Amino acid sequence: MQYIEAHQVFIEIIMRLWLVWLCIFVIMVSSYIVRKRLGLYGKIYNSFTGVIGLCIVLFWFLCAIFADQIAPYDPLQQFYQLKRSKVGAFDVETGVTFLLGGDNLGRDLFSRMIHGSQTVLTIAPAATLIAFLVGVTLGLPAGYYGKRIDAILSFIANLILAFPVILLFYLLVTPGIRETFVPVGMAGLFFLFPIIFLFLVLCSRYRERPVLLSMQLSATLLVGVWLYASLVFNADPFHLLSLEPNELNIFAAVIFASSPGIFRIVRGLAMDIKTRDYITAAQTRGEGVWYIMLWEMLPNIRGPLVVDMCLRIGYTTILLGTLGFFGLGLSPESSDWGSMINQTRKYIRIVPTMVLPATLALSSLILGFNLLADVLREQSLKD
Amino acid sequence: MFIFIIKRLFIMLMTMMVLTFIVFYLVNMEPNLRKLAKEQSNNRITEVEVQTWLEKNGYRRPIIERYGEWLLNLSKGDLGYSTRFRKPVNNIMPQRLQYTGILAFWVMIVMVPSALLIGILAGMREGSKVDRGLSVVSIVSTATPEYVSGIIFTVIFSSWLGWLKGIAKAGDVTFINFTLPVMTMAIYGVGYIARMTRASMTEVMTSQYIRTAHLKGLSFHYIVCKHALRNALIAPFTVIILQFPWLLTGVVIVEKLFNYKGFGWVLIEAAENNDIDLLLSCSLVSVFIVVVTQLISDIGYVFLNPRIRVN
Repeated sequence: MQYIEAHQVFIEIIMRLWLVWLCIFVIMVSSYIVRKRLGLYGKIYNSFTGVIGLCIVLFWFLCAIFADQIAPYDPLQQFYQLKRSKVGAFDVETGVTFLLGGDNLGRDLFSRMIHGSQTVLTIAPAATLIAFLVGVTLGLPAGYYGKRIDAILSFIANLILAFPVILLFYLLVTPGIRETFVPVGMAGLFFLFPIIFLFLVLCSRYRERPVLLSMQLSATLLVGVWLYASLVFNADPFHLLSLEPNELNIFAAVIFASSPGIFRIVRGLAMDIKTRDYITAAQTRGEGVWYIMLWEMLPNIRGPLVVDMCLRIGYTTILLGTLGFFGLGLSPESSDWGSMINQTRKYIRIVPTMVLPATLALSSLILGFNLLADVLREQSLKD
Repeated sequence: MFIFIIKRLFIMLMTMMVLTFIVFYLVNMEPNLRKLAKEQSNNRITEVEVQTWLEKNGYRRPIIERYGEWLLNLSKGDLGYSTRFRKPVNNIMPQRLQYTGILAFWVMIVMVPSALLIGILAGMREGSKVDRGLSVVSIVSTATPEYVSGIIFTVIFSSWLGWLKGIAKAGDVTFINFTLPVMTMAIYGVGYIARMTRASMTEVMTSQYIRTAHLKGLSFHYIVCKHALRNALIAPFTVIILQFPWLLTGVVIVEKLFNYKGFGWVLIEAAENNDIDLLLSCSLVSVFIVVVTQLISDIGYVFLNPRIRVN
């Protein structure tokens, strides 16, 4: 085992990521040119920190997309010669080079880090999106109607929020619980919300045009049922989509933990704007309640919601990392960053750098989302 | 005010009942009970023996009856028997809570003043270089969860420099022993409180009476200390009180990370071994802390801000 120089490691990593740099450059330059026409997204380019945040987030998204091209080795392939090697180790006989060193089983940390972004960046945004749909679908009526509905839903939300997150995960994400109906039941409930949401959106808008409505509804229903069956019950007739039981378990737990917070925000915003004039105008016109909530109120609270979404994807990333850190849910081989931290932290005394790739990757991604949220908040307050 | 508190106390009680029942239901699901039976009999038992063990130890009675029994014992002050540590929960809890209390106390001592200072300095002059710099610092701190900062600190201060210990012994309050866990927990919380303080401070600094004070010719220093601070600290008060529940989650991570044998460590042990009574007591304690802090923050907010009245 020999080592290559630190600057060579640096240059090699930069070279490996050329596709990512190219894409970031193209996206940044093209968006900058037409930024005036891009609304809130275009305003990010007015701020230096915003561009930094966007760069970080884009970087990890592109890493996730091009993981197979970037990563030199398979994340699970073991090279016993390079077990617990330091940064820039290479094996003279086989020529295998570990840019960021290897872990306890001789797997390449650089490849694992890049592949880990795939797990993190599919689960975190998807779970946040569904949690948002749950929060919006329940939060709008709670804020708009108030009274009984609000009291019941708020009590449930506060109940879930009173649980320490860790305890919730230890109860809901275990191999034992997967034998029961709980994860499938929870996921079945939560995954209904996107379909309900779309139905309400379409029904409230196109009530006067039954032909168009029925076409849209049947299309939604078809896609919705297909996604629902394949994700929740793993019964995809075309075998295109599937979700492992442990992944479904994580999804359900993360959505369960984060939707009450979103519910509270949406409810607060709805209560705030329901006395505005345009709402009264819509009521006087005789619009349906769901039309008012989804087509009048929702577009008007999108600013704070976008900001909260950014923050929350970051927070969901932290939650996923926590799950990995405690070894819950994700498979023990998984290369997601939380699990990587858990796998490598025992060897801090032997190779201190072993734990750094995953920790830095995780906090840089969260930092990116937080910076983005901060700038979006600032820019949306300006007008 | 009195009726408000009574109402809140009732809701608190309801919340605790429902939540402990949910925990009770989940830990008593079939796979968890089987795991418990196997773990208690050193894993070497057949399926039939599992069933007889569960039958013999009374785990097969209706769940409502057993939950009622637990509540009855709770009202007598008996928290039950820990199957993991093989002694009554009453003998375990106080000591562990005290250890965690000491840790949380030092976290608060470090976190709150530094967060308030950062927030006030940043919010004093909105948009200045100090503000920009401190805002970035607080964003970075909120983006670093405990399991990231704790590990990085251990690498730097313990493995590399050798100044501090990577493992914290419970109850031993020394600089070498306590700095890493306290620092790890404080850093994640500082950013959040600092940002709240900053937001509140900037709002106060743009208000009319501050402008009047400026026009009267008072010095900037005097205005900040005498006029702005008192009003700017109302909003962060709620945030700081509501940090206690968050501290609970942080405590679990940090105690696992540094092997500090406090409340969080017990919670993990209980959860991993499906120790029913111990886990129920842990949930009871944490839910109690959450609802009590919510109540305190609501009441305190009313007292601090005379513009808000509850009825």
